[in-house]
Amino acid sequence: MKDLTQQILNGDIRSIARAISIVENNAPLKEPLLDELYPFCGKAMIWGITGAPGAGKSTLLDRIIAAEREQQRRVAVIAVDPTSPFTGGAILGDRLRMQRHALDSGVFIRSMASRGYLGGIAGATRDVIKVFDAAGYDLIIIETIGVGQSEVEVVSLADMILLVLVPGLGDEIQALKAGIMEIGDIFIINKKDREGAVKLKTEVEYVLRFKNESSAPPNPVIMTAATLNEGIAEVIAAAEQYFQYLTDSGQLEQRRRQRLRQEFYDIVLTKIQQVVENHYNLTQKVERLVELVVEHHEKPYALIEKHLNSILKEIEQR
Amino acid sequence: MNKKLRILIAKPGLDGHDRGAKYVARALKDAGYEVIYTGIRQSPEAIAQTAIQEDVDFVGLSLLSGAHNELFPRVVQLLREKQASDIIVFGGGVIPESDMPFLKEQGIAAIFTPGTSIAAIIEFIEANRPRVSH
Repeated sequence: MKDLTQQILNGDIRSIARAISIVENNAPLKEPLLDELYPFCGKAMIWGITGAPGAGKSTLLDRIIAAEREQQRRVAVIAVDPTSPFTGGAILGDRLRMQRHALDSGVFIRSMASRGYLGGIAGATRDVIKVFDAAGYDLIIIETIGVGQSEVEVVSLADMILLVLVPGLGDEIQALKAGIMEIGDIFIINKKDREGAVKLKTEVEYVLRFKNESSAPPNPVIMTAATLNEGIAEVIAAAEQYFQYLTDSGQLEQRRRQRLRQEFYDIVLTKIQQVVENHYNLTQKVERLVELVVEHHEKPYALIEKHLNSILKEIEQR
Repeated sequence: MNKKLRILIAKPGLDGHDRGAKYVARALKDAGYEVIYTGIRQSPEAIAQTAIQEDVDFVGLSLLSGAHNELFPRVVQLLREKQASDIIVFGGGVIPESDMPFLKEQGIAAIFTPGTSIAAIIEFIEANRPRVSH
């Protein structure tokens, strides 16, 4: 495994790709590998790009990659598409719009299926970021699946969020609601050549004025037409400026610490769940509880409380 | 649990007839595989590089222009050069019977011509599962 780690640090494409699969498949090698890579993480800038299906995320991303490459930045993209809840299969088609970068050795695009994970990303996305970070990519961009109102989990993975909006999806009340509108740092109004784009920009700015604290710079709202390559330079400039603000104000540090905190929570809880499932025959026990409730009309909460106590005792005695 | 198999469906060459490739991509998704679809007019170099970045188990090439004798073996050769000969390459499209021995010899594991049932492709993939489940 030392070899694999070294190859990743050297930027070897095949090794990086393999490591991502190890992480994605939750293979036994995953945990030691990530621990070995961890000391080399933390240098990359991590952006999330999110928005409704068909908003133009992949096309915008294609343009952003091109612009970042002009500045010699090495870019890694994690493009997430949904897994079918019916068959477990997936069509991963985001990279189609970015394929002109396929032969650029400074660009690595990896498609991920959500594999049942909700929230707009894949469960392993967080760890895939680490592989790219250790491999020395300067900018890592996560493209979420096309999201609705509440799939905002990308905010817990990225330093900064680019939210892509398009005209024609509702009035300013939609922009007032909780959820997706709250996670944007940079707001992109794509398809600006379409009717309603200017109105949408005004509405978004109107709503954002409620949110901004006086000391913070306003969230940039940029109009683009990705297919026409319009507005891209403005997006890059706004993103860089805003990232600088996040850095200088200490918010970046805060976000990263919060991210780590959340990650530790998740890992600890997952581990506890695994222990319980592996050692205490949870499935069997739940089956018995269900029977007691259905057949003998026991009270669910009281019953669970009793059994929880017995599980905890069992743990103590070990 | 079985490893989730990843399959790249790509169209090398200059023809734009992607209905077959899309049909196969969709059907393989319905069969439970993760299918990466890159669209038309891909160079063999881009296909090989994509296959490696995506760490796929199979590459399915679709071609209707007649350039299969050039482009299919080129993909296999590039994968070999990049130490990725474990990725299994198969092909489909309008391919004359007489070209098949040559393509097989060049390392194309299977050729599926129009009229092939999806079941046959899935059977081929499953038969090769032990080879790619490293």
